Amino acid sequence: MVTPMDKIIIENFSIEYSDGVESLRNINLRIPTNQLTVLFGPAGGGKSTLLRSINRLNDLADVKTTQGKILLDQVNILDKKLDTISLRRKVGMVFARPVVLPFSIRRNLTYGFELAGVRDTTLIDESVVRSLTQAALWEEVKDRLDEPANSLSGGQQQRLCLARSLIQQPDVILLDEPTSGLDPISTLKVENSLQELKKDYTIVLVPHSVQQAARTADTAAFFLQGELIEVGSGVDIFTKPKDSRTQRYIEGRYG
Amino acid sequence: MNNSMAQPAKTSKKRMLIQRLAFAIMSFVASLTVLVIVLIVVYIFAMGYEALSFEFILSPPSDGMRSGGILPAIIGTLYLTIGTGILAVPLGVGAAIYLSEYASDNQLTRIIRIAITNLAGIPSVVYGLFGLGLFVLFLGFGTSILAASMTLAIMTLPVIISTAEEALRAVPQSFRVVSISLGGTRWQTIRKIVLPEALPGIITGVILGLERAAGETAPILFTGAAFFLPQLPTSLYDPTMALPYHLFVISTQVPGMPIQIQFGTAVVLLVFVLGMNLIASIIRSRARARRQW
Repeated sequence: MVTPMDKIIIENFSIEYSDGVESLRNINLRIPTNQLTVLFGPAGGGKSTLLRSINRLNDLADVKTTQGKILLDQVNILDKKLDTISLRRKVGMVFARPVVLPFSIRRNLTYGFELAGVRDTTLIDESVVRSLTQAALWEEVKDRLDEPANSLSGGQQQRLCLARSLIQQPDVILLDEPTSGLDPISTLKVENSLQELKKDYTIVLVPHSVQQAARTADTAAFFLQGELIEVGSGVDIFTKPKDSRTQRYIEGRYG
Repeated sequence: MNNSMAQPAKTSKKRMLIQRLAFAIMSFVASLTVLVIVLIVVYIFAMGYEALSFEFILSPPSDGMRSGGILPAIIGTLYLTIGTGILAVPLGVGAAIYLSEYASDNQLTRIIRIAITNLAGIPSVVYGLFGLGLFVLFLGFGTSILAASMTLAIMTLPVIISTAEEALRAVPQSFRVVSISLGGTRWQTIRKIVLPEALPGIITGVILGLERAAGETAPILFTGAAFFLPQLPTSLYDPTMALPYHLFVISTQVPGMPIQIQFGTAVVLLVFVLGMNLIASIIRSRARARRQW
C-alpha cells in the first residue's frame, strides 16, 4: 500500500464566526503524514480555529460560514453528512489546559472505549499501558490507576490527556498549546513524547511559544490575523523566512 | 504597626471604628433571620410536645378529631409528596436538560424562561383553582390524590427546573468539549458526565421543591384534600387527608379543639419539611466535598 505524502490537505478554506472575531481566509496547507507540523503566530491568528476545524469541534461554536475543503485521507471532512463521531475517533485532540474528567485515571483513559462501546478488556488493558507509556506517564501512575485523575500534578494531568487522545490509536493528534501551563520539565517530557509519537501519528501542534515552534517543527506554518503567511520546513522558516512579517515575528519584534 | 504603613492616626482609627460598626450592624441583621426561625421552631415545639407520642403519629383521629392521632394526614402528605415527585421530577429535569444542554438562546427559549419565572410567582391558591378547573372538573379526576398531585407538580415545576438547570450549567463546559472530542455524542456526554456531576444539585432542588409541595394548603384545598376520612385512601382517585390542610381544619373549623393537638400537628409538619431540608443540605455538602472541580 502506498502511503500518501500528505495526510491532510486544506484547500481554499475560509471560516467566519457569527460574532465576526477570529476568522480564517482562504487557507491552503498540506500537512504531511507522520510529521510534526506547527501552526504558529500571534494570538487571534486563527490557529486554534483551524485545529478545531480538523476534528469538526467547531460544530459546537457559532460558525457563520465555512468555505473550501479539508481533506483527510482524500475525504472532505467538512461534508455536512460526515460522521463526526468516527472523525473524532480518528483525530485526537489535546487542549491548552489539562481537562481531566471527574473520574479515575483509568476511566479517563478508557472513556473513549466506553463511548465507542468497546468492551474487550484485554484490548482495553493493553491500550491503557501503551498509551500511558507513549505519553511518558506509565511509570508515574502504574500503581495508582484507580485514584482520581485530579490527584495528579498539572504536568501529569496534561500527559494523561495526551494518553487519552492516543488510546484509540487515532491517525492524527491535534494539540492546542498543550504545554502553556506546564513547567519546563513537564514541557520537555511532552515535547519528547511528541517526537516519538510522530513515527506513528500525524501531529499538528499549536505551540505556546516561537521557541517551542522552532524546537519541534518538521513543517511550520505562520498565521497572522486569519491568513496563512508562509509555510515551509521548520529549518527554512526559522532560519531564512521569506516573508518579512514572519521574520519580524520570529525575531520577537511583535506578537 | 509597620512604619511604611503608617497613616495619619486619627483617620485610621475613625475608619476602623466605622468598619467595626458596619460589621456589628450587618451581623445583627443576619442573626435576626436565625432568631426568627429559632423562635418559631422553639415556640411550636414548646406548645406541641405534650401531644407527641407514638399513638399520636400512628393512630387516626377520634372523637371528632379532638383526640387520637393524625396518621391519615401523615400518610396523605406522603402520598401527595411522592405523587408530586413522580410527576414533576421527570418533567422538570427533562426541561432543565433541554434548556441547559440542547436549546440555543433564541426567542422560544427566552419565552420558556419567562414562563418558568412567572409560574414561580403565581400565588398557590391560583394553582388550586386551576387544578380544580382542569383536573378535578374538566378531566374528571374528582377531588383526588391524582388531581392534587398534578396541581402540586405544576406548582413545583419551576423550582425544579431552575435549580436543575443551574446545577447542570455549573458543570464545566470543558468536560463537554473533551467528551465530544473523544467521539461522544451529546446524549452520551450528558448521561455519563453532566448528569452524574449535576445530580447532587438536582436532588437538592427536587427536595426543596417537594418540600414546598408537602407544606402547601391552598393547591390541595379544592383538588384533593379531605376534611376527615375514617380510612386511608385506597386508590389514586380517592381524596386524602394531608398535614397542612388538617392543621388548617383543626385550627379553624373544629370548636373545642385541644391546643396541644394543633401544635402537635404543626410539629409533625415542621419535622417533615425541615427533615427534607436537612437531607438536601447533607447531600449538597457531601457532594461539594467530593467534587473534583
